[in-house]
Amino acid sequence: MQALLDQMIQEGAFAGVPKEVVYTIAMVLTAVVVLSAFVAPLAGVTSWLERRVWARMQSRVGPNRVGPQGILQWLADGIKNIMKEDIIPTAADQKLFPLAPYVVFMGFLCAFVVIPFGESLIVADLNIGILYLLSVTSLVVVGILMAGWASNNKWSLLGGMRSAAQIVSYEIPAGLSVLTVVFLAGTLSMQGIIKAQGWRPWDWFMFHNPFTFCAFFLFFTAALAEGNRTPFDIPEAESELVAGYVTEYSGMRFLFFFFAEWGNLYVIGAVVTTLFMGGWQVPPVTDNPVLLGILQFLTFFLKAYFWVFVAMWIRATLPRVRVDQLMGLCWKYMVPLSFICLLGTIGFMFMDTNSRRIFGAITLGFAIATIINFFRRVGFQFRSAKPEAYWKPHI
Amino acid sequence: MNHPFLPLLVMFAVASVIVVALLTVASLFGPKSTNAAKNDPFESGNPPTGDARIRFSVRFYLVAMLFLIFDLEVVFLYPWAIYFRHLGVFGLIQMGIFLVILTVGYVYVWKKGALEWD
Amino acid sequence: MSVSTAVFNLIALLLVVSAAMVAFSRNIIYSAFSLLGTFMGVAGIYIFLGADFVAAVQLLIYVGGILVLILFAVMLTHRITDVTITNRAAGRIPALIVVVGLVYMLIQTVRTTPWAAAKQVTFASTTATIGDAFLYDYLLPFELASLVLLAAMIGAVVLSRKEIKE
Repeated sequence: MQALLDQMIQEGAFAGVPKEVVYTIAMVLTAVVVLSAFVAPLAGVTSWLERRVWARMQSRVGPNRVGPQGILQWLADGIKNIMKEDIIPTAADQKLFPLAPYVVFMGFLCAFVVIPFGESLIVADLNIGILYLLSVTSLVVVGILMAGWASNNKWSLLGGMRSAAQIVSYEIPAGLSVLTVVFLAGTLSMQGIIKAQGWRPWDWFMFHNPFTFCAFFLFFTAALAEGNRTPFDIPEAESELVAGYVTEYSGMRFLFFFFAEWGNLYVIGAVVTTLFMGGWQVPPVTDNPVLLGILQFLTFFLKAYFWVFVAMWIRATLPRVRVDQLMGLCWKYMVPLSFICLLGTIGFMFMDTNSRRIFGAITLGFAIATIINFFRRVGFQFRSAKPEAYWKPHI
Repeated sequence: MNHPFLPLLVMFAVASVIVVALLTVASLFGPKSTNAAKNDPFESGNPPTGDARIRFSVRFYLVAMLFLIFDLEVVFLYPWAIYFRHLGVFGLIQMGIFLVILTVGYVYVWKKGALEWD
Repeated sequence: MSVSTAVFNLIALLLVVSAAMVAFSRNIIYSAFSLLGTFMGVAGIYIFLGADFVAAVQLLIYVGGILVLILFAVMLTHRITDVTITNRAAGRIPALIVVVGLVYMLIQTVRTTPWAAAKQVTFASTTATIGDAFLYDYLLPFELASLVLLAAMIGAVVLSRKEIKE
């Protein structure tokens, strides 16, 4: 983005204003735009979409009253939550209770600084991009512990500690899967990782070798667990711990926690797209920078949002995992498996290019075969169940 | 002014302003009616019993310790991953020794049953 | 005062205030949570020195690992809020004299040391340099670090063994 601004200054767009002021104002504007025009509606629309997707998958209708097809439901929820009473229980810790949602929200927002929406559409292309993303998850962990403790409620504390233990455990397989990709890319910067891939599916890191294919699944699962999403949502489970660490929160503070969760879904999708699916790479169809920028933004957004949809799909389908199964899965299965993927990828890097291409083709073939098989099964279930397909449901 | 981390600081500041503004609006516009029941800790309708700060299992602490150790290992692996092509087989052997030692530790921890339950 | 000095002062203020809260707070939970501010301040200082990798690692390890560990330890301790941390020390005047002497010594040291001027900070990729360093020049400390981690793993298991056997 810096280069874009430099170009505009050289063309005399900002007559006479000193460079620093232009940079600062541009940065503040970008931050405001990214936050209010992108993150807020994104998290809101994701919450509405999630409820609709669940509902349709469970043969219900979902929110459909507020606005066309209920798309403004999130706005109504947001306004309602602002108008609610700001209750701080007397037994709660008066200083830490208000601070906790702030810390969680900050931890989540700071992740948007390195999300690469396009070749020049990134707030800051840090040299340590992906490591920075892993680091800001730590802020969220501390915020959750703060929320759990400050509520002075047994269930909140237990939920907070379980959630912290869960997030912290699943950072290991996530970090190792990211490391697998970093080996292939040779850099930690997000743009660097995307540029090391291509726009064709077989140039993506996901199909580079069978081990990165495995690492993709490991990373996606670990990221879902880090975001406290089903099937790993023990800390938020309503039947288990009331509402976990957010039990005592109401109104706007409650909304901040869930805002962070839905927005985090998008961050997960964006990171998966960057690492494994080639990010914003598009076929070279045009030279016009504006058009190219829009095309790249759309590609990235759609790819990331596809994974958000998959996360919602998983939440609508799978039951919850027990807490000891959750920890056992992480420490006994995913950690050794991530190490094996890492070592396998290292072994691959010592091979020559032709063998690599063969293995890449095999992996891609396997993935395509899996997708075809999946659709065959769906077709089979469809035919054998003979449901009445409500193609035009009365909504 | 070419500091690559400056946008982060700006983002932080803008986000803080937005959060504080939203919370102030919320506390201004919301109704205020104090009620003794609202201030009790929530236990699904039961009157709260016992102290909130009860003892918890030591497994939480163990998980945090193990996370710390494995995270340090991952952190050591990152610079090697970036510089991998220059370091060749020599670096691989050195890192291999590091990984083998930590794998021995991992197997020990597994066998001792520290990875069970929670 | 340029922007970078102002930002540095802000980060330093955050660091010092958090560290003061850690040391002086009567409530141990507030002390533990003030460590968050301290660690983030240190990460900010690392960023100022151009050490981006170390700053990220600071956040990842200290905030994500050590702070969480300390918080778990503090929250697991039974009846923590019942303990009032007071220090009925006798001899406040001798202590005051010693502290004043130490502070004077420190200030004199800071003033008379010929500090090297800070080089212009370049934002090169430090990660590769670090990788090069600890696999060539600092290989032995690196391998010893793995042994330290092994010892830590064994220690962690031994510490909690009584609970696991039950």
